Amino acid sequence: MKKIFSATAVLEDRPTHYCPGCTHGVIHRLVAETIEELGIRGRTVGVAPVGCAVLAYEYFDVDMIEAAHGRAPAVATGAKRSRPNLIVFTYQGDGDLASIGMGEIMHAANRGEKITVIFVNNAIYGMTGGQMAPTTMPKQHTTTTPSGRDVAEVGWPLRMSEVIAQLTTPAFVARVSVHTPRETIRAKDVIRQAFAYQVAGKCFSFVEVLSTCPTNWGLSPAEAEHWLEKEMLPYYTLGIKKRPEETPEGAGSVHH
Amino acid sequence: MPKVLMKGNEAIGEAAIRAGCLHYFGYPITPQTEIMEYLAKRLPAVGGMFLQAESEVAASNMIYGAASVGLRVMTSSSSPGISLMAEAISYIAACELPVVIVNMMRSGPGLGGILPAQGDYFQATRGMAHGDFNLIVLAPASVQEAADLTTLAFELAERYHNPVMVIGDGMIGQMMEPVEFAGQGVGKPLDPGDWALTGCEGRPKRVITSLYLDPDACFEHNLKLQAKWERIEEAECRFESYQCEKPYDVLLTAFGMTSRICKAAIQELADEGINIGLFRPITVHPFPYAACRKAIEKAKRVLDVEMNMGQMLEDVRLACEGARPIDFFGTAGGIVPAPEDVVRRIRECLDESEGSRKPTTRKPASDKPAPRKPTSSKLASSKSVSSKSVSSKSVSSKSVSRKPTDSGDAPR
Repeated sequence: MKKIFSATAVLEDRPTHYCPGCTHGVIHRLVAETIEELGIRGRTVGVAPVGCAVLAYEYFDVDMIEAAHGRAPAVATGAKRSRPNLIVFTYQGDGDLASIGMGEIMHAANRGEKITVIFVNNAIYGMTGGQMAPTTMPKQHTTTTPSGRDVAEVGWPLRMSEVIAQLTTPAFVARVSVHTPRETIRAKDVIRQAFAYQVAGKCFSFVEVLSTCPTNWGLSPAEAEHWLEKEMLPYYTLGIKKRPEETPEGAGSVHH
Repeated sequence: MPKVLMKGNEAIGEAAIRAGCLHYFGYPITPQTEIMEYLAKRLPAVGGMFLQAESEVAASNMIYGAASVGLRVMTSSSSPGISLMAEAISYIAACELPVVIVNMMRSGPGLGGILPAQGDYFQATRGMAHGDFNLIVLAPASVQEAADLTTLAFELAERYHNPVMVIGDGMIGQMMEPVEFAGQGVGKPLDPGDWALTGCEGRPKRVITSLYLDPDACFEHNLKLQAKWERIEEAECRFESYQCEKPYDVLLTAFGMTSRICKAAIQELADEGINIGLFRPITVHPFPYAACRKAIEKAKRVLDVEMNMGQMLEDVRLACEGARPIDFFGTAGGIVPAPEDVVRRIRECLDESEGSRKPTTRKPASDKPAPRKPTSSKLASSKSVSSKSVSSKSVSSKSVSRKPTDSGDAPR
């Protein structure tokens, strides 16, 4: 019989600790398949976050560093600047990247570090048990917003892709989702583009992936996918937000 | 190679390059900025990499990343910046990565000031961040030693796979002295060995992590770090004994630049025929307890001199174990004690030390007011001397209840 599919070798053959219905596993697979298809496994270093994906190094079969909460882009900067031939990626959640690690991600992006950032946005703190994230939706109930997120009190959810896309420094910035097979296929293509830009030594690349958290949302996996589509997609619009080929506004006359 | 006249900060930068450190990440802060400015200029010229980080938090995590991929790497900062690096230093120590961190101490707490101080002794020697770990801490007392100890810092970091800190008070960073560099050219690159993350081509993947969710594994890891530290304590204690071969009634203890001031005071009294000993730890961590104890045993009384409110004093007390009374003379806020201040304090100690050979003649008293005697006996910190800046603290031997031991081993 003709072999038409095999699991990627860049993921370890073991069960993950992720909850049923969580899409971290899907995102891991897309990243791992990309690394395999680009033939870069042997020179890739991943940086794991603090959060649900803290144990990512147990699943990706590449060299990995475990960073402190939010610091993955700084750790990745140190690795990439020191060994520029390595392909360096971070895998971070929304609390890690958009709250405690805001300084590190913004400056890594602004310096145009030649790293790839996979940013998993599930609108909540997962590992600590469902607290408000910077990406939590208005009126969304969490353990620290028991009456729902009040935007008059704590502000509006951060749209990190748009925030990073407005920087003058050239970059590849995109938001994708994995809540349906069709979006998952699109997400794979975008993640592949992001890594390809790094392989070409081109630019900083950033892919925000909308993800579900049935456990902390208090929904079934199917309900969670529906909630993501209804509540998150209108606010977190999908698509490529920026490409490095675009001339930055006002930067046309800058000489290098 | 001939001697060159350099600032301490620049000498540290040059010594790092000669040790083969071609990667530097840092953030500006007075009074250490010349280290990064020097390296910003020099590193690209020798094929190295310099990056100004957005914060000390980021800089310290960048050296974590650079060390993880097997590069010899350094950062430098001054007191408030080191506080921001504490998180990453805990991770680096936990992951057993060889990095060098320089702290050119300024006065604190809080924003403090930009003048020299030694107030980060506790921070450097007592773990500085969360969890059980130890830094090797080297304290230079001259520009030459700042260069030499920077070289040694890389050697020790790589020998033990442990972060090493060089602590200088701001004065060492800012002053110029002749300095000679031992080696020519640039040192060999670090061997990535069997630990560095160089990409898993042709070998199983490697992971650098400090996460141990299994309590037994975490305990094991702590035991391993502790066993390493005991080897370091055994093998790496460094110190200087000055004028300790002759008899003395009073032993001074001091580290870094303060020891130079003490030497000037000792010289002044030597002119009167009074010999005073000085014990200076070069590794303030591990502290050379046994050697310190030996020096203490020859004295009737100990005077600890620091540019802080009495931090190394605790290690001197641990070495002493109540065997002798210990006096303390400290300044803070960027006030540097003058040799005559130390001389005055030594004379008080001589007066207090029973049966001491009191000098028959004394130099004319200085125009500054003499330090007030401690107002209460134990652990009393009395305000002193020149208005606000100098404090005196006396620690009676009675306040230490443990029986002195002959071994002088550090209590655990």
